[in-house]
Amino acid sequence: MIEKDVLIIGGGPSGLCAASMLIESGLKVMIVDRGLSLGGQLVKQTHKFFGSKEQYAKTRGFDIAKILIDQVKDHGNLEVLQEATVLGLYKDKVATISYQNEYLKIKAKTIIVATGASEKFLAFENNDLPGIYGAGAVQTLMNQFGVKPADEIIMIGSGNIGLIVSYQLLQAGIKVKAVIEASSKIGGYKVHASKLRRLGVPIYTNKTIKKAIGTTRVEAAEIVSLDEKFNEIEGTSEIIKIDGICISVGLAPSYQLLDMVDAKLGYIPELGGTVALVDEKHMTTVDGIFSCGDSIGIEEASSAMMEGYLTGLYVSKYLNQDHSKYVELVRKYEESLALLRGGPFGSKTRKGLKDMKEMMADVR
Amino acid sequence: MRIKTHPILSFEQKEEIVFTFEGKEVIGQKGDTIASALVNLGVDVFSYSIKLKRPRGFYCAIGNCASCKMIVNGKPNVKTCITKLEPHMDVKIQHDKGVYK
Repeated sequence: MIEKDVLIIGGGPSGLCAASMLIESGLKVMIVDRGLSLGGQLVKQTHKFFGSKEQYAKTRGFDIAKILIDQVKDHGNLEVLQEATVLGLYKDKVATISYQNEYLKIKAKTIIVATGASEKFLAFENNDLPGIYGAGAVQTLMNQFGVKPADEIIMIGSGNIGLIVSYQLLQAGIKVKAVIEASSKIGGYKVHASKLRRLGVPIYTNKTIKKAIGTTRVEAAEIVSLDEKFNEIEGTSEIIKIDGICISVGLAPSYQLLDMVDAKLGYIPELGGTVALVDEKHMTTVDGIFSCGDSIGIEEASSAMMEGYLTGLYVSKYLNQDHSKYVELVRKYEESLALLRGGPFGSKTRKGLKDMKEMMADVR
Repeated sequence: MRIKTHPILSFEQKEEIVFTFEGKEVIGQKGDTIASALVNLGVDVFSYSIKLKRPRGFYCAIGNCASCKMIVNGKPNVKTCITKLEPHMDVKIQHDKGVYK
Protein backbone atom coordinates (compact mmCIF):
# COMPACT_ATOMS: atom_id res chain seq x y z
CA MET A 1 0.00 0.00 0.00
CA ILE A 2 1.35 3.40 -1.05
CA GLU A 3 0.58 6.18 1.43
CA LYS A 4 0.18 9.85 0.56
CA ASP A 5 -1.28 12.97 2.11
CA VAL A 6 -3.35 13.73 -0.96
CA LEU A 7 -4.30 11.65 -3.97
CA ILE A 8 -5.46 13.66 -6.96
CA ILE A 9 -7.36 11.73 -9.60
CA GLY A 10 -6.94 13.51 -12.92
CA GLY A 11 -3.99 15.59 -14.13
CA GLY A 12 -5.92 18.19 -16.11
CA PRO A 13 -6.11 21.92 -15.39
CA SER A 14 -7.89 21.63 -12.04
CA GLY A 15 -5.90 18.65 -10.80
CA LEU A 16 -2.56 20.28 -11.68
CA CYS A 17 -3.49 23.59 -10.06
CA ALA A 18 -4.64 21.82 -6.90
CA ALA A 19 -1.35 19.91 -6.85
CA SER A 20 0.73 23.08 -7.14
CA MET A 21 -0.87 24.57 -4.01
CA LEU A 22 -0.54 21.33 -2.06
CA ILE A 23 3.13 20.69 -2.79
CA GLU A 24 3.88 24.30 -1.92
CA SER A 25 2.23 23.59 1.43
CA GLY A 26 4.68 20.76 1.98
CA LEU A 27 2.19 17.94 1.52
CA LYS A 28 2.99 14.64 -0.18
CA VAL A 29 0.86 14.39 -3.29
CA MET A 30 0.21 11.80 -5.96
CA ILE A 31 -1.53 12.50 -9.27
CA VAL A 32 -3.01 9.55 -11.09
CA ASP A 33 -3.89 10.17 -14.72
CA ARG A 34 -5.28 8.01 -17.49
CA GLY A 35 -3.78 9.80 -20.48
CA LEU A 36 -0.36 9.67 -22.10
CA SER A 37 0.59 13.11 -20.82
CA LEU A 38 -0.51 15.52 -18.11
CA GLY A 39 -2.61 18.55 -19.01
CA GLY A 40 -5.96 16.91 -19.61
CA GLN A 41 -7.85 18.35 -22.55
CA LEU A 42 -5.59 21.42 -22.69
CA VAL A 43 -2.95 19.53 -24.65
CA LYS A 44 -5.12 19.46 -27.78
CA GLN A 45 -6.51 22.97 -27.53
CA THR A 46 -4.87 25.20 -30.11
CA HIS A 47 -7.09 28.22 -29.50
CA LYS A 48 -6.17 31.17 -27.33
CA PHE A 49 -7.97 31.61 -24.05
CA PHE A 50 -10.16 34.48 -22.90
CA GLY A 51 -10.22 35.92 -19.40
CA SER A 52 -7.49 37.82 -17.59
CA LYS A 53 -3.73 37.41 -17.34
CA GLU A 54 -4.13 35.34 -14.21
CA GLN A 55 -6.05 32.72 -16.19
CA TYR A 56 -3.41 32.73 -18.92
CA ALA A 57 -5.56 34.66 -21.40
CA LYS A 58 -4.27 35.05 -24.97
CA THR A 59 -2.23 31.87 -24.44
CA ARG A 60 -2.99 28.74 -26.42
CA GLY A 61 -4.38 25.76 -24.51
CA PHE A 62 -1.39 23.48 -25.08
CA ASP A 63 0.95 26.24 -23.89
CA ILE A 64 -1.13 26.65 -20.72
CA ALA A 65 -0.73 22.90 -20.17
CA LYS A 66 3.05 23.36 -20.33
CA ILE A 67 2.93 26.23 -17.81
CA LEU A 68 0.83 24.19 -15.39
CA ILE A 69 3.00 21.09 -15.78
CA ASP A 70 6.18 23.16 -15.24
CA GLN A 71 4.71 24.50 -11.99
CA VAL A 72 4.72 21.03 -10.46
CA LYS A 73 7.30 19.12 -12.50
CA ASP A 74 10.16 17.40 -10.71
CA HIS A 75 8.98 18.56 -7.30
CA GLY A 76 10.07 16.24 -4.54
CA ASN A 77 6.62 16.21 -2.96
CA LEU A 78 4.82 15.10 -6.11
CA GLU A 79 4.60 11.67 -7.66
CA VAL A 80 2.77 11.23 -10.96
CA LEU A 81 1.39 7.97 -12.30
CA GLN A 82 0.69 8.33 -16.00
CA GLU A 83 -1.38 5.88 -18.11
CA ALA A 84 -2.94 4.74 -14.87
CA THR A 85 -6.65 4.17 -14.37
CA VAL A 86 -8.45 4.34 -11.05
CA LEU A 87 -10.74 1.31 -10.96
CA GLY A 88 -12.16 1.64 -7.49
CA LEU A 89 -12.47 4.30 -4.86
CA TYR A 90 -13.42 3.49 -1.28
CA LYS A 91 -14.77 5.48 1.63
CA ASP A 92 -11.70 4.92 3.76
CA LYS A 93 -9.82 6.88 1.09
CA VAL A 94 -8.22 3.95 -0.62
CA ALA A 95 -8.01 3.79 -4.40
CA THR A 96 -7.30 0.75 -6.55
CA ILE A 97 -5.30 1.63 -9.63
CA SER A 98 -4.47 -0.31 -12.75
CA TYR A 99 -0.91 0.63 -13.71
CA GLN A 100 1.48 -1.19 -16.05
CA ASN A 101 -0.43 -4.46 -15.85
CA GLU A 102 -0.51 -4.36 -12.07
CA TYR A 103 -3.00 -3.35 -9.44
CA LEU A 104 -1.78 -0.75 -6.99
CA LYS A 105 -3.46 0.36 -3.79
CA ILE A 106 -3.10 3.88 -2.55
CA LYS A 107 -4.20 5.18 0.80
CA ALA A 108 -4.44 8.94 1.22
CA LYS A 109 -5.54 11.29 3.98
CA THR A 110 -7.62 13.18 1.46
CA ILE A 111 -8.63 12.57 -2.12
CA ILE A 112 -9.38 15.16 -4.78
CA VAL A 113 -11.44 13.87 -7.68
CA ALA A 114 -10.64 16.02 -10.70
CA THR A 115 -11.85 13.67 -13.38
CA GLY A 116 -13.33 16.28 -15.69
CA ALA A 117 -16.12 15.39 -18.05
CA SER A 118 -17.02 13.21 -20.98
CA GLU A 119 -18.87 14.06 -24.14
CA LYS A 120 -22.59 13.58 -24.38
CA PHE A 121 -23.92 11.38 -27.13
CA LEU A 122 -26.86 11.81 -29.46
CA ALA A 123 -29.58 9.32 -30.40
CA PHE A 124 -30.07 8.80 -34.15
CA GLU A 125 -30.17 5.83 -36.49
CA ASN A 126 -26.77 4.21 -37.11
CA ASN A 127 -25.06 6.49 -34.62
CA ASP A 128 -22.61 3.69 -33.83
CA LEU A 129 -20.97 3.60 -37.27
CA PRO A 130 -17.21 4.13 -37.40
CA GLY A 131 -16.42 7.67 -38.52
CA ILE A 132 -18.77 9.24 -36.01
CA TYR A 133 -16.68 10.98 -33.38
CA GLY A 134 -17.06 13.28 -30.47
CA ALA A 135 -15.73 16.76 -31.21
CA GLY A 136 -13.04 16.25 -28.58
CA ALA A 137 -11.88 13.05 -30.24
CA VAL A 138 -11.43 14.83 -33.54
CA GLN A 139 -9.46 17.52 -31.75
CA THR A 140 -7.27 14.90 -30.07
CA LEU A 141 -6.52 13.17 -33.36
CA MET A 142 -5.74 16.33 -35.32
CA ASN A 143 -4.02 18.53 -32.79
CA GLN A 144 -2.30 16.04 -30.54
CA PHE A 145 -1.38 13.29 -33.00
CA GLY A 146 -1.46 15.14 -36.32
CA VAL A 147 -3.82 12.67 -37.96
CA LYS A 148 -6.85 13.60 -40.08
CA PRO A 149 -10.06 11.96 -38.85
CA ALA A 150 -11.82 12.41 -42.22
CA ASP A 151 -11.75 14.48 -45.40
CA GLU A 152 -15.26 15.89 -45.29
CA ILE A 153 -17.22 16.28 -42.11
CA ILE A 154 -20.39 17.74 -40.64
CA MET A 155 -20.54 19.14 -37.14
CA ILE A 156 -23.62 18.51 -35.02
CA GLY A 157 -23.98 21.25 -32.41
CA SER A 158 -23.09 24.93 -32.55
CA GLY A 159 -21.87 25.56 -29.01
CA ASN A 160 -18.39 26.96 -28.49
CA ILE A 161 -16.76 23.55 -28.80
CA GLY A 162 -18.63 22.80 -32.04
CA LEU A 163 -17.65 26.14 -33.54
CA ILE A 164 -14.03 26.13 -32.38
CA VAL A 165 -13.43 22.53 -33.46
CA SER A 166 -15.00 23.29 -36.86
CA TYR A 167 -12.46 26.05 -37.31
CA GLN A 168 -9.67 23.72 -36.24
CA LEU A 169 -10.86 21.14 -38.76
CA LEU A 170 -10.48 23.76 -41.49
CA GLN A 171 -6.99 24.54 -40.21
CA ALA A 172 -6.10 20.87 -40.56
CA GLY A 173 -7.25 20.88 -44.18
CA ILE A 174 -10.56 19.12 -43.62
CA LYS A 175 -13.71 20.34 -45.33
CA VAL A 176 -16.53 21.19 -42.94
CA LYS A 177 -19.67 20.85 -45.04
CA ALA A 178 -22.05 22.29 -42.45
CA VAL A 179 -22.66 22.95 -38.78
CA ILE A 180 -26.08 21.66 -37.74
CA GLU A 181 -27.97 23.11 -34.77
CA ALA A 182 -31.34 21.83 -33.53
CA SER A 183 -32.29 24.98 -31.68
CA SER A 184 -33.22 28.23 -33.40
CA LYS A 185 -30.10 30.00 -32.15
CA ILE A 186 -26.38 29.40 -32.45
CA GLY A 187 -25.14 28.24 -29.05
CA GLY A 188 -21.60 29.61 -28.97
CA TYR A 189 -20.02 33.06 -29.18
CA LYS A 190 -20.91 35.07 -32.26
CA VAL A 191 -17.25 35.81 -33.01
CA HIS A 192 -16.56 32.10 -33.59
CA ALA A 193 -19.66 31.68 -35.77
CA SER A 194 -18.79 34.72 -37.90
CA LYS A 195 -15.28 33.41 -38.46
CA LEU A 196 -16.67 30.13 -39.80
CA ARG A 197 -19.20 31.84 -42.02
CA ARG A 198 -16.50 34.05 -43.51
CA LEU A 199 -14.68 30.87 -44.48
CA GLY A 200 -17.78 29.59 -46.24
CA VAL A 201 -19.06 27.08 -43.65
CA PRO A 202 -22.86 27.21 -43.48
CA ILE A 203 -24.43 27.04 -40.02
CA TYR A 204 -27.96 25.66 -40.17
CA THR A 205 -30.29 26.23 -37.23
CA ASN A 206 -33.57 24.31 -36.67
CA LYS A 207 -32.01 21.22 -38.21
CA THR A 208 -30.81 17.90 -36.87
CA ILE A 209 -29.28 14.64 -38.01
CA LYS A 210 -31.84 11.87 -38.51
CA LYS A 211 -29.66 9.09 -39.73
CA ALA A 212 -26.10 8.13 -40.58
CA ILE A 213 -25.73 6.18 -43.82
CA GLY A 214 -23.04 3.56 -44.47
CA THR A 215 -22.12 -0.08 -43.92
CA THR A 216 -18.69 -0.37 -42.32
CA ARG A 217 -18.19 3.36 -41.93
CA VAL A 218 -20.22 6.51 -42.35
CA GLU A 219 -20.65 7.64 -45.95
CA ALA A 220 -23.44 10.21 -45.70
CA ALA A 221 -25.84 11.85 -43.28
CA GLU A 222 -29.56 12.51 -43.53
CA ILE A 223 -30.45 15.96 -42.20
CA VAL A 224 -33.99 17.15 -41.45
CA SER A 225 -35.54 20.46 -40.46
CA LEU A 226 -37.25 20.84 -37.09
CA ASP A 227 -40.24 22.93 -36.01
CA GLU A 228 -40.23 25.00 -32.82
CA LYS A 229 -41.18 21.91 -30.79
CA PHE A 230 -38.20 19.99 -32.19
CA ASN A 231 -40.45 17.78 -34.33
CA GLU A 232 -39.27 16.76 -37.76
CA ILE A 233 -40.88 18.69 -40.64
CA GLU A 234 -41.85 16.21 -43.34
CA GLY A 235 -40.37 16.52 -46.78
CA THR A 236 -37.30 18.42 -45.59
CA SER A 237 -34.87 15.52 -45.66
CA GLU A 238 -31.56 16.05 -47.40
CA ILE A 239 -28.55 13.81 -47.80
CA ILE A 240 -25.08 15.25 -47.26
CA LYS A 241 -22.15 13.15 -48.47
CA ILE A 242 -19.38 13.09 -45.86
CA ASP A 243 -16.91 10.62 -44.37
CA GLY A 244 -17.05 11.93 -40.85
CA ILE A 245 -19.66 13.14 -38.39
CA CYS A 246 -18.61 15.15 -35.41
CA ILE A 247 -20.92 15.31 -32.40
CA SER A 248 -20.68 18.27 -30.10
CA VAL A 249 -23.78 18.35 -27.96
CA GLY A 250 -22.27 19.15 -24.61
CA LEU A 251 -20.37 17.56 -21.79
CA ALA A 252 -21.41 15.49 -18.79
CA PRO A 253 -19.44 15.58 -15.51
CA SER A 254 -17.52 12.40 -14.67
CA TYR A 255 -18.94 11.78 -11.21
CA GLN A 256 -18.70 7.97 -11.30
CA LEU A 257 -15.82 7.59 -8.84
CA LEU A 258 -17.62 9.83 -6.37
CA ASP A 259 -20.71 7.65 -6.74
CA MET A 260 -18.57 4.67 -5.68
CA VAL A 261 -17.93 6.23 -2.27
CA ASP A 262 -21.63 7.06 -1.90
CA ALA A 263 -21.11 10.79 -2.14
CA LYS A 264 -24.53 12.42 -2.47
CA LEU A 265 -25.31 13.30 -6.06
CA GLY A 266 -27.74 15.80 -7.50
CA TYR A 267 -29.18 16.48 -10.91
CA ILE A 268 -28.34 20.07 -11.88
CA PRO A 269 -28.88 20.67 -15.61
CA GLU A 270 -27.05 24.02 -15.49
CA LEU A 271 -23.89 22.23 -14.36
CA GLY A 272 -24.13 19.53 -17.02
CA GLY A 273 -26.42 16.94 -15.40
CA THR A 274 -25.65 14.63 -12.49
CA VAL A 275 -22.87 15.93 -10.25
CA ALA A 276 -21.59 15.16 -6.78
CA LEU A 277 -22.72 17.79 -4.30
CA VAL A 278 -19.92 19.79 -2.74
CA ASP A 279 -19.81 22.47 -0.06
CA GLU A 280 -18.20 25.90 -0.33
CA LYS A 281 -14.81 24.28 0.32
CA HIS A 282 -15.36 21.77 -2.50
CA MET A 283 -15.72 18.84 -0.10
CA THR A 284 -18.27 16.19 -1.06
CA THR A 285 -20.64 14.67 1.50
CA VAL A 286 -17.89 12.14 2.28
CA ASP A 287 -15.46 13.59 4.80
CA GLY A 288 -12.05 14.18 3.25
CA ILE A 289 -13.07 13.57 -0.35
CA PHE A 290 -13.04 16.72 -2.47
CA SER A 291 -13.80 17.49 -6.11
CA CYS A 292 -13.07 20.35 -8.49
CA GLY A 293 -13.17 21.28 -12.15
CA ASP A 294 -15.62 19.93 -14.71
CA SER A 295 -16.39 16.87 -12.59
CA ILE A 296 -18.55 19.10 -10.38
CA GLY A 297 -19.92 21.35 -13.13
CA ILE A 298 -19.19 22.07 -16.77
CA GLU A 299 -17.42 25.39 -17.24
CA GLU A 300 -14.31 26.54 -19.06
CA ALA A 301 -10.76 25.47 -18.35
CA SER A 302 -10.10 28.92 -16.86
CA SER A 303 -12.64 28.28 -14.10
CA ALA A 304 -11.33 24.74 -13.64
CA MET A 305 -7.87 26.16 -12.93
CA MET A 306 -9.14 28.70 -10.40
CA GLU A 307 -11.23 26.00 -8.73
CA GLY A 308 -8.21 23.72 -8.65
CA TYR A 309 -6.02 26.32 -6.95
CA LEU A 310 -8.76 26.93 -4.40
CA THR A 311 -9.36 23.25 -3.71
CA GLY A 312 -5.63 22.76 -3.20
CA LEU A 313 -5.65 25.59 -0.67
CA TYR A 314 -8.80 24.33 1.11
CA VAL A 315 -7.29 20.86 1.38
CA SER A 316 -4.07 22.28 2.83
CA LYS A 317 -6.20 23.85 5.58
CA TYR A 318 -8.24 20.67 6.04
CA LEU A 319 -4.99 18.80 6.71
CA ASN A 320 -3.88 21.54 9.14
CA GLN A 321 -0.94 22.40 6.96
CA ASP A 322 -2.17 25.71 5.56
CA HIS A 323 -0.37 27.17 2.58
CA SER A 324 1.89 30.00 3.81
CA LYS A 325 -0.10 32.53 1.78
CA TYR A 326 -3.47 30.89 2.42
CA VAL A 327 -5.61 33.96 3.12
CA GLU A 328 -4.10 36.07 0.37
CA LEU A 329 -4.34 33.36 -2.29
CA VAL A 330 -7.83 32.23 -1.38
CA ARG A 331 -9.03 35.81 -1.73
CA LYS A 332 -7.25 36.19 -5.06
CA TYR A 333 -8.61 33.01 -6.64
CA GLU A 334 -12.11 33.46 -5.24
CA GLU A 335 -12.19 36.90 -6.79
CA SER A 336 -11.04 35.63 -10.21
CA LEU A 337 -13.59 32.86 -10.10
CA ALA A 338 -16.37 35.30 -9.28
CA LEU A 339 -15.22 37.50 -12.14
CA LEU A 340 -15.22 34.59 -14.60
CA ARG A 341 -18.74 33.68 -13.58
CA GLY A 342 -19.87 37.26 -13.43
CA GLY A 343 -21.08 38.23 -16.89
CA PRO A 344 -24.18 37.18 -18.80
CA PHE A 345 -22.47 33.95 -19.94
CA GLY A 346 -22.00 32.96 -16.31
CA SER A 347 -25.69 33.12 -15.44
CA LYS A 348 -26.21 29.39 -16.01
CA THR A 349 -23.32 28.49 -13.73
CA ARG A 350 -24.53 30.91 -11.07
CA LYS A 351 -28.00 29.34 -11.11
CA GLY A 352 -26.44 25.86 -10.98
CA LEU A 353 -24.25 26.76 -8.02
CA LYS A 354 -27.21 28.24 -6.18
CA ASP A 355 -29.12 24.98 -6.68
CA MET A 356 -26.06 23.05 -5.53
CA LYS A 357 -25.98 25.09 -2.32
CA GLU A 358 -29.66 24.43 -1.60
CA MET A 359 -29.33 20.70 -2.28
CA MET A 360 -26.27 20.56 -0.05
CA ALA A 361 -28.22 22.24 2.77
CA ASP A 362 -30.96 19.61 2.35
CA VAL A 363 -28.68 16.60 2.67
CA ARG A 364 -26.85 17.87 5.71
CA MET B 1 -3.66 10.57 -43.26
CA ARG B 2 -1.09 12.79 -41.55
CA ILE B 3 -1.57 16.53 -41.47
CA LYS B 4 1.33 18.07 -43.37
CA THR B 5 0.80 21.79 -43.13
CA HIS B 6 -0.90 23.59 -40.27
CA PRO B 7 -1.03 27.30 -39.42
CA ILE B 8 -0.29 26.75 -35.70
CA LEU B 9 1.14 23.30 -35.16
CA SER B 10 4.14 21.65 -36.72
CA PHE B 11 4.16 17.93 -37.28
CA GLU B 12 7.65 16.85 -38.21
CA GLN B 13 8.36 13.40 -39.56
CA LYS B 14 8.98 11.14 -36.57
CA GLU B 15 10.69 7.81 -36.15
CA GLU B 16 8.74 4.94 -37.72
CA ILE B 17 7.35 2.13 -35.60
CA VAL B 18 6.66 -1.25 -37.19
CA PHE B 19 3.74 -3.19 -35.73
CA THR B 20 1.25 -5.78 -36.94
CA PHE B 21 -2.45 -5.21 -37.57
CA GLU B 22 -4.53 -8.29 -38.29
CA GLY B 23 -1.34 -10.25 -38.95
CA LYS B 24 0.09 -7.80 -41.46
CA GLU B 25 3.13 -5.60 -40.86
CA VAL B 26 2.22 -1.92 -40.89
CA ILE B 27 3.89 1.34 -39.90
CA GLY B 28 3.06 3.94 -37.29
CA GLN B 29 5.01 6.80 -35.77
CA LYS B 30 6.71 7.49 -32.49
CA GLY B 31 4.29 9.42 -30.29
CA ASP B 32 1.22 7.69 -31.75
CA THR B 33 -1.40 5.88 -29.79
CA ILE B 34 -2.47 2.58 -31.34
CA ALA B 35 -5.71 4.31 -32.42
CA SER B 36 -4.05 7.32 -34.05
CA ALA B 37 -1.72 5.04 -35.99
CA LEU B 38 -4.66 2.96 -37.20
CA VAL B 39 -6.74 5.97 -38.26
CA ASN B 40 -3.74 7.23 -40.20
CA LEU B 41 -3.63 3.87 -42.00
CA GLY B 42 -7.28 4.28 -42.96
CA VAL B 43 -8.54 1.61 -40.56
CA ASP B 44 -12.23 2.18 -39.77
CA VAL B 45 -13.28 -0.86 -37.79
CA PHE B 46 -11.62 -1.45 -34.41
CA SER B 47 -14.04 -3.99 -33.01
CA TYR B 48 -17.47 -5.54 -33.48
CA SER B 49 -20.32 -5.16 -31.03
CA ILE B 50 -20.88 -8.22 -28.87
CA LYS B 51 -24.47 -9.15 -29.77
CA LEU B 52 -25.28 -7.68 -33.16
CA LYS B 53 -21.71 -7.73 -34.48
CA ARG B 54 -21.96 -4.17 -35.72
CA PRO B 55 -18.70 -2.46 -36.65
CA ARG B 56 -17.23 -0.07 -34.09
CA GLY B 57 -14.73 2.70 -34.60
CA PHE B 58 -13.80 4.91 -31.74
CA TYR B 59 -15.70 7.82 -30.30
CA CYS B 60 -14.06 9.77 -27.47
CA ALA B 61 -10.28 9.30 -27.83
CA ILE B 62 -9.75 9.95 -24.10
CA GLY B 63 -10.28 6.46 -22.71
CA ASN B 64 -13.85 6.92 -21.65
CA CYS B 65 -16.25 5.29 -24.12
CA ALA B 66 -14.49 1.95 -24.65
CA SER B 67 -15.57 1.76 -28.28
CA CYS B 68 -11.92 1.39 -29.40
CA LYS B 69 -11.17 -1.79 -27.44
CA MET B 70 -8.92 -4.22 -29.33
CA ILE B 71 -6.74 -7.27 -28.71
CA VAL B 72 -3.16 -6.13 -28.18
CA ASN B 73 -0.39 -8.72 -27.75
CA GLY B 74 -3.11 -11.26 -26.96
CA LYS B 75 -4.70 -9.12 -24.25
CA PRO B 76 -8.32 -8.18 -24.99
CA ASN B 77 -10.18 -4.97 -24.10
CA VAL B 78 -7.18 -2.69 -24.47
CA LYS B 79 -8.33 0.89 -24.94
CA THR B 80 -6.28 1.72 -28.00
CA CYS B 81 -6.94 5.46 -27.85
CA ILE B 82 -4.92 5.85 -24.66
CA THR B 83 -2.33 3.14 -25.25
CA LYS B 84 1.04 4.19 -26.65
CA LEU B 85 2.10 2.44 -29.82
CA GLU B 86 5.18 0.29 -29.22
CA PRO B 87 7.38 -1.52 -31.76
CA HIS B 88 6.20 -5.02 -32.73
CA MET B 89 2.84 -4.71 -31.05
CA ASP B 90 0.37 -7.29 -32.31
CA VAL B 91 -2.99 -5.54 -32.78
CA LYS B 92 -6.16 -7.39 -33.68
CA ILE B 93 -9.82 -6.48 -34.19
CA GLN B 94 -11.91 -7.71 -31.26
CA HIS B 95 -15.04 -9.72 -32.11
CA ASP B 96 -16.24 -10.79 -28.69
CA LYS B 97 -16.29 -9.83 -25.01
CA GLY B 98 -12.62 -10.64 -24.80
CA VAL B 99 -11.04 -13.94 -23.84
CA TYR B 100 -7.60 -14.39 -22.26
CA LYS B 101 -5.67 -17.14 -23.99
